[in-house]
Amino acid sequence: MNWVIENLPLIGQRTLEHLALSIPPIVLSFVLSVPIGWLANRYRWSRGVLLTVLGLLYAIPSLPLFVVLPIILGTGLRDSVNVIVALTLYGIALMVRTTADALGSVSSDVTQSATAMGFSPWTRFWRVDLPLAGPVLLAGIRVVAVSTVSLVTVGAVLGIKSLGLLFTDGLQRNIVAEVATGMVATIALALVIDFALVLAGRMLMPWTRTVSPKRERRALPVDEAVTA
Amino acid sequence: MNLLVDAFAWIFDPAHQAGANGIPTRLVQHLGISLLVLLVASAIAIPVGYLIGHTGKGRTLAVSLTGGFRSLPTLGLLIILALWLGVGLEAPLIALIVLAVPPILAGAYSGFEAVDRRTIDAARAVGMTEWQIVSKVEVPLGLPLLIGGLRSGTLQIIATATLADYVGAGGLGHFIFVGQKSNDYPQMLAGSLLVIALALLSEGIFALLQKLVVPRGVVANQSTDVRRPSSRRVAVVGFPTEERK
Repeated sequence: MNWVIENLPLIGQRTLEHLALSIPPIVLSFVLSVPIGWLANRYRWSRGVLLTVLGLLYAIPSLPLFVVLPIILGTGLRDSVNVIVALTLYGIALMVRTTADALGSVSSDVTQSATAMGFSPWTRFWRVDLPLAGPVLLAGIRVVAVSTVSLVTVGAVLGIKSLGLLFTDGLQRNIVAEVATGMVATIALALVIDFALVLAGRMLMPWTRTVSPKRERRALPVDEAVTA
Repeated sequence: MNLLVDAFAWIFDPAHQAGANGIPTRLVQHLGISLLVLLVASAIAIPVGYLIGHTGKGRTLAVSLTGGFRSLPTLGLLIILALWLGVGLEAPLIALIVLAVPPILAGAYSGFEAVDRRTIDAARAVGMTEWQIVSKVEVPLGLPLLIGGLRSGTLQIIATATLADYVGAGGLGHFIFVGQKSNDYPQMLAGSLLVIALALLSEGIFALLQKLVVPRGVVANQSTDVRRPSSRRVAVVGFPTEERK
């Protein structure tokens, strides 16, 4: 515990650096997965091609990807851009499949009704398909967020600043408390971001909040209510 | 792109083909660690997963365990074990097993759970014993998900085995860390490309395995199109061929 108290400013700084590396991939992979997921769901061929390519991308281990990206991006080996791009790619690889499946599970009765009501394809996508796919998208981005926060630490072996530096520094100086602090802080950060996503989901999708028993009774389908 | 050429030149350099620090030695180390861990992790995870899947007991625990492990930083686990157990093979092996068990466990129990309950009731009704239900119904039908679990477990192992050399365990990660220390970027790149090739190879093997091992009857029932069809009846007016089913 002494180590933690003496090094609070350092832990705070590393946490902020960790956040700066984690938030962009989470946001970017969500935003980019919507159009790519739409494309993957739209045509049978695009689904096969996109999901296969992204599946192979996801199979690439993180450290080798951090090392290879600089020659593609023209960045330095210790550039934090490498980590952000690599984790965005992983996020997209996970989220595109989720997005395609979520959009695909929207009942075509609903989409046809929306078209019949006069929705253009564009408005229908934003006001019918996407909101209905929302809960599944939320589940997907929560998985991406948690694994992103955990993967950021790997960059530390190349000297990229994050909570992971507490691991490498702890190993070099033989301080178990420092490594343990890094692990607890990383897991705590993942939980905080996860909680923030759940809150955001509740605010954006009020209809997914669990209904009280009273309201549930009112929501009975008409024919069942009549016979009851 | 010049660096990429250097990396390939490094890989095919005869000086790096033999000896304690040659590519074959490191590759064998990497494969040896990975296979050993895969065997041990499977020996733990598959029976436990099957037990959970068959009885339905301990499911909540298994779900939270597999979900919670996702937030566990692999590098931190590796290093904290190395500090406790000392530099060597022990720490990486334990860390790798801990990391590989959750995905395999998830594959095993979700494979059993995915079996239609009516199929199991039918098996019981025709007089199968519990053991026969497990071995002749649940195991074959659960294979696709189990192989999926083994596949992500293996990827996790290959990726983390790369990090294992950070605590002195050898393997292909050695080239990345030695290259970093001596500012030899082509060597780092070469090590990375070798690991990527190994990961993609394992991906390919599991894809093939999935095709070979899974019973044909299981595949036949799976629909490739996940899009939900409309519940309305298809109209029969006009040309039926124009109506999309």
